[in-house]
Amino acid sequence: MIYRENGQFKTTYAADQQIFTIAQDKWFVLGLIAFAFIGVPMLADEYMFRAILIPFLILSLAALGVNLLVGYCGQITLGAGAFMAIGAYAAYNFMIRIDGMPLIAALLLGGVATAGMGILFGIPSLRVRGLYLAVATLAAQFFCDWAFLRLGWFTNYSPSGSVSISNLSVFGWSIDSPIEKYLFCLIFIVAFAFFAKNLTRASIGRQWMAIRDMDVAAEVIGIRPMWAKLSAFAVSSFFVGVAGALWGFVHLGSWEPAAFSIDRSFQLLFMVIIGGLGSIMGSFFGAAFIVILPVVLNQILPALGALVGVEISTAGIAHAEFIIFGSLIVFFLIVEPHGLARLWAIAKEKLRLWPFPH
Amino acid sequence: MKFRSLALAAAIASVGLSAAVFSPDVRAQAKEQFFPVLTGRTGPVAPNATPWANGYVDYFKLVNTKGGINGVKITFEECETAYATDRGVECYERLKGKGATLFQPLSTGITFALTEKAPVDKIPLITAGYGRSESQNGAVFSWNFPLLGTYWVGADVAIQHVAKQLGGVDKLKGKKIALVYHDSPYGKEPIPLLQERAKIHGFDLQLLPVAAPGVEQKATWLQVRRERPDFVLLWGWGVMTATSIKEAQATGYPREKMIGIWWAGAEPDVKDIGDGAKGYSALALQHGAEPNAKVTKDILAAVHAKGQGTGPKEEVGSVLYMRGVVSAMLAVEGVRKAQERYGKGKVMTGEQTRWGLENLNLDDKALADLGFAGVLRPVQTSCTDHMGSPWARIHTWDGKKWNFSSDWYQADQKVLRPLVMAASTRYAEEKKITPRTPEQCKQ
Repeated sequence: MIYRENGQFKTTYAADQQIFTIAQDKWFVLGLIAFAFIGVPMLADEYMFRAILIPFLILSLAALGVNLLVGYCGQITLGAGAFMAIGAYAAYNFMIRIDGMPLIAALLLGGVATAGMGILFGIPSLRVRGLYLAVATLAAQFFCDWAFLRLGWFTNYSPSGSVSISNLSVFGWSIDSPIEKYLFCLIFIVAFAFFAKNLTRASIGRQWMAIRDMDVAAEVIGIRPMWAKLSAFAVSSFFVGVAGALWGFVHLGSWEPAAFSIDRSFQLLFMVIIGGLGSIMGSFFGAAFIVILPVVLNQILPALGALVGVEISTAGIAHAEFIIFGSLIVFFLIVEPHGLARLWAIAKEKLRLWPFPH
Repeated sequence: MKFRSLALAAAIASVGLSAAVFSPDVRAQAKEQFFPVLTGRTGPVAPNATPWANGYVDYFKLVNTKGGINGVKITFEECETAYATDRGVECYERLKGKGATLFQPLSTGITFALTEKAPVDKIPLITAGYGRSESQNGAVFSWNFPLLGTYWVGADVAIQHVAKQLGGVDKLKGKKIALVYHDSPYGKEPIPLLQERAKIHGFDLQLLPVAAPGVEQKATWLQVRRERPDFVLLWGWGVMTATSIKEAQATGYPREKMIGIWWAGAEPDVKDIGDGAKGYSALALQHGAEPNAKVTKDILAAVHAKGQGTGPKEEVGSVLYMRGVVSAMLAVEGVRKAQERYGKGKVMTGEQTRWGLENLNLDDKALADLGFAGVLRPVQTSCTDHMGSPWARIHTWDGKKWNFSSDWYQADQKVLRPLVMAASTRYAEEKKITPRTPEQCKQ
């Protein structure tokens, strides 16, 4: 009744090619963004910002990048953690080596450097596919772990191998309170999400999807696989690199290569699979699931234990967290193999028929 | 139907979430001093970090049985980090909001991340025996307290011990000393000091990294076998240490020539190897296994005998358990000292506690009163020296227990001081920090 597009006629091509063709969708997304910019800063406290919202936003951006490559272009990657590391270290080096480097430029240049490395490590995708490609991209992970641990130049010869950045500011706006950090990340993620959405609706996104669905057929209709695959690697790495730079600069402040270990790569791939392959919204769902759920479990379990009069030890909570989290992943994948984004789509379908389902 | 139950589950979960996250905090009003406890009870360092956490918490329980800190009861809450930096940061943010007195992260990686956050939140960090070595300079690192010793102290003492074994500092020339280290900020910390010492004495320093968590070391020990260094310094933590000793056994490298850092010198590291680890030495962060210390007996009598003990009873008095006890004692004494200035029997804030930690003065008598006679040497901190004591000694595993096998060594200030000043000045320049002057210290 509420969610129905009846009577919304498009009279121009421009209107028909909007991002959200259904008015309700448009208002919902705009409302959500407005809430994120205005409502959340009024509601959330410092812990919410620093420990939950900022990591969620940054990892959503990384998941979005991975989704472009895995979900839209069908190239499985296990090197996302490495690309985050490249973004973080490149941005760090731009920041400290060039005097007066603006923060945003450093972050974006970090992304550009990552895109370059992404193309390099994407070259094997021209010959190998599927799981074999996943193994090939692992090389990126091991190479970066090695490079950032061993080559002193990247860490400015820091004796401990740990680098740090502070006093972030943009045009005189110094980003130090949690709210400012949150808003800074939010601006990035909103801009990049719209960019990604438009890319996937444009010719380049359609090329990626054609390659994903059947690369031989795509080649026959005139899509250059090399161009399509490498551009997917470049754009995806750009997103992931910027996310990595934000992770280091805004969230951690000080980091070492372990912050971008192989675990991070797996985590990002799982976000995309659980959230929904080939869906912008799914990247956010996946990030929320993987980032927020363990923290919530960790806090709810002692409370639940207290409710029934059981005191759970710290180690017990950590183990239970893993068990429940793992079972939830299995549960969701059985209930909806296409990810949380598919559940969202089903919900919308139901809403269209509500309250008179046939 | 399926969707409805899912929606219901989501709704319940979100209600639970908001209840957990937004639950009002009543602790601040009560007269209680809150100590957050970051633990590593799971993950790659669990065998070693668990006794530490048990000792840490047991000491708080002991203080409470004696009436708290001048009547202020101690409360604490654990948060599990599993030695992961991002979880550690999340724990810090979570417990900070509950009025944290100070943090002891028990991870050099987490210390690095929190060093950036502590000055903003005005919460001191105690990193007893770990953390950033240059943070000894309290004029720059106002909120870091690497009490009792840093890795540079450890490395310096290790080289002094090697020199003594060889029969003099001049005998170091031309010798090969290998550092087998956990490839993380923790393991890399001693390198600058060792390089400095290598330059002075003309020994050959070989750096052999082991990828975290350190269960795969075949390649490293092949290198040891080929190079045959005269001594091996071992910077291991958690599962890495035991693996190293087993590999040394397999390659036939004499355990007598191995010296571990104080985090690689406890019962969990050698217990399972037993006689195979005989002769293996490690630095002691002043204390070793202390089953006969008064504080150990107090804990057994006042905490464990009443069924309040955190871990197994046999663990009380073991090396890392004692490390936890000592760390908790330093924290409690910091608060007690702060109360002398800001009001006895009051709850101290993080900023007030920092003053207390900066003006710690635990002489032999004070330590004896606390039950630490023979466990620690006197500790005296100041605004510019946040470490308080540059002493360490060596203990050796005899197949069954750890025994002290050396006299006390003092880290050489002529080597240590310039390094600390250079590194902290560089940090201050990078972060645009103006070091505190002696006048500012008095405030």
